[in-house]
Parts: sequence; C-alpha cells; structure tokens
Amino acid sequence: MSTRELFTFRNSYFSVAVGLAAGLFVLTAVAGFVVLPRLQPELKYADLWDAFCSAAGLPRRSVSSGEIPKSAHRSSEAVLTSMTLAHPSQESIGRGATLAQRCAICHGPTGISRADSPNLAGQYAAVIYKELLDFRSGARTNAVMSPFAANLSDREITDVAAYYSYLPRLPAFHPVEQHPKPRVVIYGAPMRGIAPCGSCHGSLDNKTGSPWLEGQSEAYLKAQLQAFASGQRTNDISQQMRNVARGLTPQEIDEAAAYYASQPPEIIKATD
Amino acid sequence: MLVNRKLILAHFWFAFAVFGLALCLGAWQMFVRSPLYTWISNPEWYYRSLTAHGTVMGYVFPTLVAMGFGYAITESALQQRLVGVRWAWAGFWLIVIGAIMAMVPVALGRASVLYTFYPPLIGSPFYYIGVVLVVVGSWIWVALMSVNLRVWRRAHPGEPVPLAMFANVAGSYLWAWTAVGAALELLLQIIPVALGLKTTIDAGLARVFFSWTLHAIVYFWLIPSYIAYYVIVPRAIGGRLYSDTMARLAFILFLVVAMPIGIHHTFADPEVGAGFKFIHSAFTALVAVPTLLTVFTICASVEIAARLRGGRGALGWIRALPWQNPIMLAVAFSFVMLGFGGAGGLINMSYQLDTTIHNTQWITGHFHLIFGGAIVIMYFAIAYDLWPHLTGRALPNLALVRTQLWLWFIGMIVTTFPWHWVGILGMPRRMAYYDYSNPAIAPEALSVSLSAVGALILLASGLLFLFILIRSHAQGATEAGAYRFSMPVHPVRSVPLALNSFAIWVALMIGLTVTNYGYPILTLATRHDTSVPAVYVGAH
Repeated sequence: MSTRELFTFRNSYFSVAVGLAAGLFVLTAVAGFVVLPRLQPELKYADLWDAFCSAAGLPRRSVSSGEIPKSAHRSSEAVLTSMTLAHPSQESIGRGATLAQRCAICHGPTGISRADSPNLAGQYAAVIYKELLDFRSGARTNAVMSPFAANLSDREITDVAAYYSYLPRLPAFHPVEQHPKPRVVIYGAPMRGIAPCGSCHGSLDNKTGSPWLEGQSEAYLKAQLQAFASGQRTNDISQQMRNVARGLTPQEIDEAAAYYASQPPEIIKATD
Repeated sequence: MLVNRKLILAHFWFAFAVFGLALCLGAWQMFVRSPLYTWISNPEWYYRSLTAHGTVMGYVFPTLVAMGFGYAITESALQQRLVGVRWAWAGFWLIVIGAIMAMVPVALGRASVLYTFYPPLIGSPFYYIGVVLVVVGSWIWVALMSVNLRVWRRAHPGEPVPLAMFANVAGSYLWAWTAVGAALELLLQIIPVALGLKTTIDAGLARVFFSWTLHAIVYFWLIPSYIAYYVIVPRAIGGRLYSDTMARLAFILFLVVAMPIGIHHTFADPEVGAGFKFIHSAFTALVAVPTLLTVFTICASVEIAARLRGGRGALGWIRALPWQNPIMLAVAFSFVMLGFGGAGGLINMSYQLDTTIHNTQWITGHFHLIFGGAIVIMYFAIAYDLWPHLTGRALPNLALVRTQLWLWFIGMIVTTFPWHWVGILGMPRRMAYYDYSNPAIAPEALSVSLSAVGALILLASGLLFLFILIRSHAQGATEAGAYRFSMPVHPVRSVPLALNSFAIWVALMIGLTVTNYGYPILTLATRHDTSVPAVYVGAH
C-alpha cells in the first residue's frame, strides 16, 4: 500500500470524495456569495463585487451615505486597563496633594464632599484619571469641572488621581440608617438586559473604570443616572451606563441612589 | 485480551468521579435558577459552578472515556499488548494535573469565564494552562493510537483493520485536528493576555478559533458511543452487524465533515461574512448523513438479532428483542434521544431558523439532550459492558442497572424537553438569575421547575451509576472471558485500501478546514482594528 495508489483519480474513492467535496464547496460558495446576496435587494449592493466582499466578511462603506455621520457629542478617549495607575510613586502622590488644594472647595479637604459632589478619598485612581481626561476632552461636561480640567496636563491628571486614591476612605458626611439591598443592585433586571449595579461597582465584582459608590451623595448619584438616561452625559464607554440607565424606572433610580448613599465605604471589597 | 486493566480502569474511574462531582453542580444550578428556590443573591457563585460543570463535562470526562475505551479497543481488537504504556500513564497524569490546575482557580472564583472561555473575559492563567495540559495529555493518546495501529499493520500487512480500531483511530485523528482551534486560541490569544503580556484581545478571532473546536468536539464525544453501537450492541444482544463497510463509511464521513462546519455557532456574530456562514450551514447538513447511515445499520443489526430470537412480522420482531439486557435498553434510549436531539440540531444549523432560538435556553436544552442523553447513556453502556472484563467481577444486580438507565432516560427527557420549550418562548441562556415575577418570563416558571425536577432525577441516576460500579468491585471473582466485538453478517476478508486507511480522509479534513476557515481566520488575524480591552474576571 502506498500513498501513490491512494491519491490518484484512478482510485474511485479518491475521485468521488474529492469531486463531491469540491463540488459542494463550489456550489455552496456560488449560492452564498453570488446568488443569495442578489436575492436580497434591500441590502443595496453597488455591484457583484461589492456583494461578494460583503458575503466574505470584508467591512465596507455603506452605499447610501459616503460619510460616517458626525456624532453630536464627543466620546471618551480614555484607555484603561486593570493596571492603570496601580502603583503610583510617592512623588506623584505628593504632587497630587498640592494640586488637590484647588479641588477641596467642592470635594472637601479630606476628599469627603459637603456639597453633593463626589467623595474622592480612596476612589480608584483609574476612575479619577478617566473622568478628568473626559472633562478635559469635552466628553463629559460640567459648568464647574470643565474649566478646572481644561488646563490640566497629563501628569497633573495622573498625580491628582494618585493622590485621591491614596487617601483613606472615610465615612460619608451624612450617613443614614441602613436600607435593604434593592433588587436592581443585586439582581439587575435580566429581562430588560440590565446587569446588577453590584456586578461592576463592587459588592459583587469590580470592573476597571467603574467607581465604588458607597457613601456618595444621593443627589449626585440620582442626577448622574438621570443624565445617562436622558443622554445628557455620554462619556461611558460603549454606552454601558446609558443602556442601563435608560432601562431603569424612576423608582429604581431612587432606590439605587438611596441605597448606595447609605452604605459605609468600609464595606467596599478590598479590590486594590 | 485486556492486559493493562489498571490503566483503563484509572481512566474510567477518574472520568466517572469528576462526572459525579460535575453532575452535582449541574443539578444545583438547575435548582437555584428555577422558581423553586429564592436565589443565591450572588451570580458569581452561579458562574463559578457553571464554569466547573462545563469544563469537567466538556473537556475532562468525555476525553478520559474516549481514551480509556481507546486503550481497551487497542488491546482487545488488535489482540496485542498496548505499545507505549508509560506514555499512556504520562498522558493520564497530565490530564489529572491539568484538571486539578484548572479547577483550583475556578473554585477560588478567579476564572468564572465559562468553559467556552468567552473572551474578552479573562480569568486566571492557571485555568487555561490546566485546560491545555488536558489537551496535551489527550494528544499523547492520539499518538499512541496511531503508533499501535502501525505496529499491528506491520505484523498483519494488507489485512483489514478491525472495525473497532478503525473507528477509534478515526476519532483520535478528528480530536487531534479539532483541538487545534482551541489550542491556537488559548496559546496565541488568551494565555498571553491572562499572563499580563497583552491587555487587548481580538474576541471575534478567538470566537472563530473556538468554533473550529466547538462543533467537531461534539463528534469526538460521540464517537465512543457510535463505536459502541457498531461493535458492542449487536454482540451484546446476540445479533450480527449488518454492514462493516457502512460502519467504516460513517466514521470516515465524521472525520471529513465534522470539522468544516463550526461557524454555525457564530451565526449571530458580525465578524464572519454571510457567505461563509451559508457554506458552513450547508456543510453542517452533511453530518446528518453518517448519523442516518448509523441509525439504519444499527436498526438492521438489531432486527437480525430479533429474527434470530424468533421475531416475526414487519414490526413484531421488536417484541422479541432482549429488553432485559441493559445494552438493549441503553441503545433504544440513546436512539430516541438522538432522534429528538438531531431534529433540534437541524433547526440550529439552518441559518434562518437559528435566529429564533440563538442564545436561548433551546441551545442548552439541545446539547444536554444530545451529549448528556444520547452520548452519555452509551458511556454507561460501555462501562457496564467492560466492567466485568476490567475488574474480573460481575455487575451486582442487572435490575439496578436497568433502573439506572431508565432513570437517566426519564430524567433527561424531563429536563430537556421543557428546556427546549422555554427557549422557543425566548428565555435567554447564560443567565444566573431570572425574575419569575416579571410578566415577561412568568409563563416559563412551570417549565423551568419541571426541568429542575428532571435534574434531580438525573442526579439520582448518576449516583446510582457510581454506586453500581463501586459495588461491583466487592463482588466475587468471575471469569468474564475474552473481551470481543460484534461480528458482521458477512465476514470481512478484504477491504479497499481507501476504507482501511486514513490518508485521503485526513487530507480532505484538513483541506476543507482550509477552504472553509482559511479566509475568515486570515482576514481577522491580519486586521489591526479588531481588538478590545480584556475584561479580567476576579482580578484584584
């Protein structure tokens, strides 16, 4: 027995098998690449080659509109990994402390706000870093924050983020009695495609770029959820928060904001 | 002649032990996500359990069964001692170490990524490296099957390779090639990210690589069961195999067409063109051919047994079958489940029909019915058939064996039929929690509860199976005689070279992989704008 005996068209098994396989491939390729695209006039292919490329999976420009429509708002350009600013230097933290003097009027001298601004003490560095980048680029806007961020350099942003993440987490300014965990925080709403808040914002798991929320101002949390829902705030990557917030009922927004505001920050999972 | 019984028993026992553990997890999952329980309040636990269940049931359990059965076939069909026993033990221990290495991070919650990996989710590197070790261990088995066949051929030039060995080696070659897809995904894409060498991953390319493995792996799981249909069932019920040639053709067809069809798993993915999806859809239809050949041949073989026992009439012979025989019972149950599962599969493979059930509970119902039902019940049959030859002791009680098989069959039907149904109603899969008070999903509550009851029946059956095997070790010693396989109606004197070797078929398998996968993989691999940031699971 030798391969020469096998791999010859005189061997009927070989010729039939190869013939069938090749024939079937050609037949299905013609059907999939030429015939079927032509049978779908709603797909609007420019010509046969265009249809062929589309069936092969080559990305193509839409025929109807040559230009990609410009978005009405800027998207976040921040790039984060789980290692972003994971180990800041002492010098960076020191410089950040000096820079943070100007943040204290709203975010508090110890990073705990008395003005319904976010508490920053002990917040993840990647979170502060991303928000400052977004305020600077215009992906996120706020009458107070935007001018502050406009002139910050990359190094200054890194330093401020490093400083606040270094500060110890302190109890919130107005702690209230414990609320029961709302369903949306723990279960989400699977039938509306809403993941639990806790699956990104701690308590179940923490995902890079998601802040911990315990002890933050109820008014602030509520305002942000509403801003995401209305499309006023747009710096969430891939519309993650907008998709969630749009599906929330006003009551769920209230419950989630009230719940997180009432939680002491000490319970945050040690994820850093 | 079974010489290396310890080796074979070690494979079966480790396989069935981890099967028992994973079965408990499966039943727990069915229970906690059903309306019968108020919910564990932490989806992480659910996904952790799901990852362990899938990894064990998908990679460890069937691979070990195929390997153990493969070694048994090598020694008993070829009538020669296994060559490379030390290598075989090395492969076994690699799988044991790999399985433990993969399961530790899963148990710690560091790799709750599900057994299909789902990049950009990234878990602990130990999980993936453990899975790679399991695959490498099984590749040693592939090499040994090939070497042993070569040794036999040298001693028996020109003789037909015994059917059991022919099918076994076909299965091993299929596995060797199909595992390459997941191996490429793990080694080139996932492990570098898990080790922190890269922080982005091309999830689309990874899914295409995985689809290369994902469908043919099912046929690798299935081949031991098909071998049992052909070479155990006719002998066990006192009949003859209807056609040896038909059997060879069926295994050759599996080898050739199981591979170039995996993209039907990515029908809803944007990174693959519709043309290639159509080609894969059409080729998927072809895998029905070897299954239909098998159903025909085995029904004919069973009819021969019935007529030899005095069965008469067009269908009257069915009553003459030895229904007290566990193997008869197992093959009948297996065929019923294969029929329903196969019919469901025709819907999954159709590019259009798939859209109605894609990513719903229908899919999970489908693969539990096919794999957990049709295939695993034949694994039980293989174990029952081989056990007396491996242990030198008879099975304790055939009534208990029949009860076990009945429970598995009933349990699987009760579990998977409502499971399919809720999928048609649109219940999504891969979710830890369902709010059954929500009007959108409340109608599914009853069906899901039924499914959970089925899972408990399956658990009872699985534990009974383990109990029977353990008890048989304590029975008195008996001489089970030589382990042999079924004889065909017409003795096989000579077989055409093409049906006695693998060269053409392996070449076709690789060739069709290149035509059906080459372009999608090449375009995705050469693009630079398709990677996304990795999402680390359980990373602190």
